[in-house]
Amino acid sequence: MKLARLGLAAVLVALSCAVARADTALLNVSYDPTREFYRDFNAAFAQAWKAESGETVQVRMSHGGSGRQSRSVIDGLEADVVTLALGYDIDAIADIRGALPADWQTRLPNESSPYTSTIVFLVRKGNPKAIRDWGDLAKPGIGVVTPNPKTSGGARWNFLAAWAWAEDAFGRDEAKVRAYMTALFKNVPVLDTGARGSTTTFVKRGIGDVLLAWENEAHLALRELGPDAFEIVAPSMSILAQPPVAVVDANVDKHGTRKAAQAYLDFLYAPEGQRLAARHYYRPIHPEHAAKDDVARFPELRLVTLKDRFGDWRATQKRFFDDGGIFDQIFATR
Amino acid sequence: MFARSPSPKVIPGFGLALGITLAYLSLVVLLPLAMIPLAAFRLAPERAWAVVSDPRTVHALALSFGTALLAAAVNAVLGTLLAWVLVRYDFPGRRLVDALIDLPFALPTAVAGISLAALYAPNGWLGRLLAPLGVTVAYTPLGIVVALVFVGLPFVVRTVEPVLEALDAEVEEAAATLGASWSRAFRRVVLPLIAPAVLAGFAMALARGVGEYGSVIFIAGNLPMVSEIAPLLIAIRLEEYNNGAAAVIALAMLAIAFALLLAINLLQAWNRRRIEA
Amino acid sequence: MSLLSPRRAHAVAEAPAVRFLLLGLALAAVALFLLLPLGVVFAEAFARGWAAFAEGVADPDARAAIRLTLLVAAISVSVNLVFGVAAAWAVTKFDFPGKSVLVTLIDLPFSVSPVIAGLIYVLLFGAHGLIGPWLIAHGVEVIFAVPGIVLATMFVTLPFVARELIPTMEMLGRGDEEAARTLGASGWQIFFRVTLPNVKWAALYGVLLCNARAMGEFGAVSVVSGHLRGLTNTMPLHIEILYNEYNFVAAFAVASLLALMALVTLALKSGLEALGGK
Repeated sequence: MKLARLGLAAVLVALSCAVARADTALLNVSYDPTREFYRDFNAAFAQAWKAESGETVQVRMSHGGSGRQSRSVIDGLEADVVTLALGYDIDAIADIRGALPADWQTRLPNESSPYTSTIVFLVRKGNPKAIRDWGDLAKPGIGVVTPNPKTSGGARWNFLAAWAWAEDAFGRDEAKVRAYMTALFKNVPVLDTGARGSTTTFVKRGIGDVLLAWENEAHLALRELGPDAFEIVAPSMSILAQPPVAVVDANVDKHGTRKAAQAYLDFLYAPEGQRLAARHYYRPIHPEHAAKDDVARFPELRLVTLKDRFGDWRATQKRFFDDGGIFDQIFATR
Repeated sequence: MFARSPSPKVIPGFGLALGITLAYLSLVVLLPLAMIPLAAFRLAPERAWAVVSDPRTVHALALSFGTALLAAAVNAVLGTLLAWVLVRYDFPGRRLVDALIDLPFALPTAVAGISLAALYAPNGWLGRLLAPLGVTVAYTPLGIVVALVFVGLPFVVRTVEPVLEALDAEVEEAAATLGASWSRAFRRVVLPLIAPAVLAGFAMALARGVGEYGSVIFIAGNLPMVSEIAPLLIAIRLEEYNNGAAAVIALAMLAIAFALLLAINLLQAWNRRRIEA
Repeated sequence: MSLLSPRRAHAVAEAPAVRFLLLGLALAAVALFLLLPLGVVFAEAFARGWAAFAEGVADPDARAAIRLTLLVAAISVSVNLVFGVAAAWAVTKFDFPGKSVLVTLIDLPFSVSPVIAGLIYVLLFGAHGLIGPWLIAHGVEVIFAVPGIVLATMFVTLPFVARELIPTMEMLGRGDEEAARTLGASGWQIFFRVTLPNVKWAALYGVLLCNARAMGEFGAVSVVSGHLRGLTNTMPLHIEILYNEYNFVAAFAVASLLALMALVTLALKSGLEALGGK
């Protein structure tokens, strides 16, 4: 019985290995809203890599809430590269599993973020509730849709952007900032676990008056689900969201894929990668490589950075989002 | 130790059958499940208690068990009604309805969740009708009950049907000759006979509902302290790299579920003895 | 036979008005709770016509998901059938201490949340699990690979066959088997000639339910799958992915395929029951 089951497991492993036929196979573990971008990017990279090295490379994708994806890599998902929503989720892979060095974020330019984004508002056409800025979100009778900061990377950026605005608006009086955040979260009717879930709730289910979303997610939703039904509102200020990328050292060494994995990430910084990022509504760090029309879609916004306002991700996570942190306190008094 | 049980065995195959049962059960269920207490007890007792007594945990557990109990109760009534209609009446499409009863077993829970959310959302087919009445189902605890009623619907029907089918006409006739009205005969004669089956179906629907995840998360709204079910809280704790807390909540769920099931099984055994006596 | 006539004569019959009321309530419940959710799946799948539907189903990743789902269901159903027969045999043909505990344990996977079912295999086989590090060092992947999906599905579908067989065999008692034994039949002869013909419908019903659940399991599989497109995505997971890519038509197209498979299963069951005279 036991033997038969072991034999069965062996057959299954063989089966699952036989599927990958390419010379090199890379696994990119990413977060929710990057699906469309990496589909195009992987095809472009495969072509470039074939020309450069003569090798066929096949890139496999896994998408999900950033926290959950990080968790899977810690538990043994064999990612060659991770491209997640925020630094903390890669910090955790370094800290808990030790699969890459703690200073991974210094290994690539711009704190390992080849593209950036920010948080904007998606409202219903004509903006019937006249939502213009962060202050409007806390008014009574406004339904605000955001995912759960505990599980979603985008939601953590949402939270920090609102917090940063409130700090400026209330002269850094933390009691007032907390009161504002509490009022804002009183207006949240649904907490989905990921950014995509929230978009669906807002767009398809008709819940709420405003969706706090990644800029790229808002544009994509607008294009895919109804330019005539929604519009994007850029608030007076927002946060510079930096989704970082990294090679997972322990896994590439095991698979012998370090060269290809490194080239994959470098290609994100190359002109072609930058152009594709802009086309998929990410703000490229080298806008000169992107199409003019694509770059023109990004409004000028005052953006605060995590580093200037909150410090590093480890400290920010602990202060705001860990068990018993500020988010829990705010939600408890809601 | 089992081989020396009290009664002499005429039928062969005890060792083989019990061997397979215990080996498989241990490998697939017991050994993996042992990981839950193992991980939970790695936590210091006061930290474990802090996790269990956290208002959010208490609320999630109460919500999961409360909605599952409510849905199982709805299904006990609805299931008995459906079984009665299917066994007793002849109407066009009876076989079709009978076959459809098993649909919730067959439809993937995630699909059920998506389609229920699409139905009951304020802009959905049913949500649009309910909204003017001030009833919101989607993204409230009521939505959880609806999902669990769907998921648990077949259990009571399928346990009660065969019992009604086998119900001896003479018993009813006797009641009729004694001059009992239909409703009285139903209450005094039929109901006690089908009660064990209803209870068994209730228990299965309850057990299934407590842990249900796929269909619920799409329709619940997932707000902490409002519509966050215990399995979701476990998933969230896991994603926060908090294995210990996840295991503690899982252990609490398992303990309560096991106690409920054991109580229902004991109730059944007591009921059987009472009827036989 | 007039509409709504009782199926057979009952001495105690409810008034026609009551009968209509009960039937109306029952049919309304069926329409509300069963037909509408099913209808939504097909309505959304064909929202943009046949071509969009066919495109969603013919996609290579969708086909890989269908193959994986069938493989996982085939393995877990056959293993659980063997287990179910063994468990029912042990429980119903013999008396031994701890029997009711054993029956409760067989039911246990029912009341274990799918999330917990996934969690335990991660705790056991994950990179930080009990035996995961050893397995990974020896190149055996369980979690985030097909074996993990099969294990999680086996766990979730374990009780189905046993649950159907135990009450049926309990009801039939031990008389036939004991008589056959006295007449000199061997254990296997008793099982195949005496027991199996009596319980084949119950076993089949259990297999069908087990199969349906195996094909549709979401929560447990989701935790252990890793969501690798075309590799470790079962149909329900593929549906979730499509749904998250705003590809609602394709998502509901694959979902309708699963619903269709389920409907065929149910029809098959009804047909066999009619043949077997239930």
